[in-house]
Amino acid sequence: MSNSPDIELANAKQEFTITVYTENQIGILNRIAIIFSRRKINIESLNVSPSEIEHIHRFNILITETEEVVRKLAKQIEKQVEVLKVYHNTNEDIIWQEMALYKLPTDIVAEKVLVERLLRENGARVVVIRKDYTVFEATGHRSETDKLIEVLQPYGLIEFVRSARVAIIKDSEGFNSKLRDFERLEPGKEVIENEFLDQEKNVFTM
Amino acid sequence: MEIVQEQPATLTEPKKTIQVTGSVALLEGLIAEGTETIFGYPGGAIMPIYDAIYDYKEKLNHILVRHEQCAAHAAQGFARASGKVGVVFATSGPGATNLITGLADAQIDSTPLVCITGQVFAALLGTDAFQETDVINISAPVTKWNYQVTDASEIPAVLAKAFYIARSGRPGPVLIDITKNAQMQLFDYEGYTPCNHIRSYRPKPIVRNEYIEQAAALINSAQKPFILFGQGVLLGNAEQEFKAFVEKSGIPAAWTILGAGAIPTDHPLNVGMLGMHGNYGPNVQTNSCDVLIAIGMRFDDRVTGRLDKYAKQAKVVHLDIDPAEIDKNVKADVPVWGDCKETLPLLTSLITEKTHETWLAEFKAFEKIEQEELIQKELNPQRGELTMGEVINQLNILTKGEAIIVSDVGQHQMVACRYGKLNTTRLSVTSGGLGTMGFGLPAAIGAKLGAPNRTVIAVIGDGGFQMTLQELGTIMQFGVDVKILILNNQFLGMVRQWQQLFNEKRYSFVDITSPDFVKLADSYSIKGKRVTERENLVGSLEEMLNNPGSFLLEVMVAKEHNVFPMVPQGCSVSEIRLK
Repeated sequence: MSNSPDIELANAKQEFTITVYTENQIGILNRIAIIFSRRKINIESLNVSPSEIEHIHRFNILITETEEVVRKLAKQIEKQVEVLKVYHNTNEDIIWQEMALYKLPTDIVAEKVLVERLLRENGARVVVIRKDYTVFEATGHRSETDKLIEVLQPYGLIEFVRSARVAIIKDSEGFNSKLRDFERLEPGKEVIENEFLDQEKNVFTM
Repeated sequence: MEIVQEQPATLTEPKKTIQVTGSVALLEGLIAEGTETIFGYPGGAIMPIYDAIYDYKEKLNHILVRHEQCAAHAAQGFARASGKVGVVFATSGPGATNLITGLADAQIDSTPLVCITGQVFAALLGTDAFQETDVINISAPVTKWNYQVTDASEIPAVLAKAFYIARSGRPGPVLIDITKNAQMQLFDYEGYTPCNHIRSYRPKPIVRNEYIEQAAALINSAQKPFILFGQGVLLGNAEQEFKAFVEKSGIPAAWTILGAGAIPTDHPLNVGMLGMHGNYGPNVQTNSCDVLIAIGMRFDDRVTGRLDKYAKQAKVVHLDIDPAEIDKNVKADVPVWGDCKETLPLLTSLITEKTHETWLAEFKAFEKIEQEELIQKELNPQRGELTMGEVINQLNILTKGEAIIVSDVGQHQMVACRYGKLNTTRLSVTSGGLGTMGFGLPAAIGAKLGAPNRTVIAVIGDGGFQMTLQELGTIMQFGVDVKILILNNQFLGMVRQWQQLFNEKRYSFVDITSPDFVKLADSYSIKGKRVTERENLVGSLEEMLNNPGSFLLEVMVAKEHNVFPMVPQGCSVSEIRLK
């Protein structure tokens, strides 16, 4: 095989967002986590939350790896009994956001006009105002929420917290072209559709 | 206790229920799944289940092992010999942690097990209660699925799910952890319904015809095709389908250690064993074939040797039920997902009948070299110390390839697998993926109970035997007819071989002393004998095989004898050494 650009891309490490649909079952988080830790792969961010379908949870896992490794990881995750479906996407394939909260002393925020302008410029909004502190919220990519830390640091940033990445797959309507592309390397046509999942009678419940 | 399930007279009438404990529901469920034999060991947290089984002695044959690890291995031997699901009971804490090696072995070798562990009262979970261990998390990496039951009403459905998962798709071990309160709790039992669907679980990928067609086209155009087959053929009960495929295609076929016996040893197209200590031809020819057809095998590193020099010239067709195996180690040009019981007949119908005589003659030529330079000396040495090979050879002559050979791990295992004659399927039981020393004796107990009409011979080294020899107690107590054949070279032979070949004979802690095994057997009321001379070998083997009941035969073999051929680590399969 020649070294086509495609292959080079597949061998380069890059950010991948792995989306996993699972049953809401105790223990599945551990089963998924150990697939990474066993291979000494660090999870950079992890979000688990109920999906739009009742009883189904959606994981967003962010890692930096080669496409080949990610593909194998995805298959191992999908092999878990309580996992319904796994997708893996590069940053080009997804819309993603992280949410950050910033706690600042209220007196400084109130006094300094500059702070207000900075917050406005960075798209931050107020969540809570107390006598002694104010909490702002900003949503964006890592670089954007990072930048706001730097900006607010001189004004006495008291506390900062950031969520994991949440991501929407751009062409995820039904089972899209990207997926069909993957499907060439996958065993069968999709049997798991949302309508099916909503039918309680086919659901194994305990 | 007898439970009468009354069918509702009409559909509208509510189901008749009966109040039973979780323990009784568990045992009823096991019986409904066809369980007859359980390997287990009681303890505090599983006492309600053991109390219930007191009333089920007629229906369930419980074998009290001497260590929980051996319960798991025995269940593995049972499953591998019978094709059924092996069932294990163990208590919480140490009972459960002792199972882990067996679970890991079953996981890597895809053996269907359902293990039930007792657990402390639900109210005590997380309090470091007596004999409390986080079994669910400890066992997660070595089980196909596991679940903790804290309420008795969950038991029938969870057990049904466990059996379904253990035996379907790529089989594997499943563990159910049941808290003591759930074992004792009374609930309204509605009977047992087997499980046949879990929405998040697809045991078999859908067969895609385009790949069957592509595979057939590749096979039909191949000049030097080569089949590699593994345990997938056995697990899929596809021996007949496989034989039909091999015979129509006329393609030489070689086996992984767990695929042994999928077609008989002396089938003309069976060209031998793959891998580090496999046969000469299959290893060399892997790197000269043009199409490699892998069936139900996973390209373990012991099979492939150095991966970047593995079959690079060949197009690879990979048939597997587990999508995660495709492209895992060796890239497949044509992936054929599915159960080989379904895919093989489809493929067979599309291929042209051929004989590949010239290509097969190449294998024969390699076999001739291996026979002359190695095998004959190994199997028929005229003088000098006894070899492991000649013991297995004599055994073959006596068993005629009809006995189950259970092997432990090490040199004797490689010899038993290389030379053991197998006329049919499920006659070889060994720890392939995990390489668990101590597997042999307990697995042989299970194999005998799983296939009571077969002679079961446990071929074990002096090292491995000392890891689980307490199971002589189980053999004694339950009168299990296991023929124990210890090949004693007074060394941990495989490690010694490596130290000789790669560490300049720096024999580091491989010199192992043994007790008098014959006396040991005697103290368990098991007949025994030691052989040191060639002239006594055949007679002693006959005595062992003809003895009614278990027998221990210790054969003193050459101390420093190496297993060859060998693909040294880091080398390509075609660099296999005959000496």
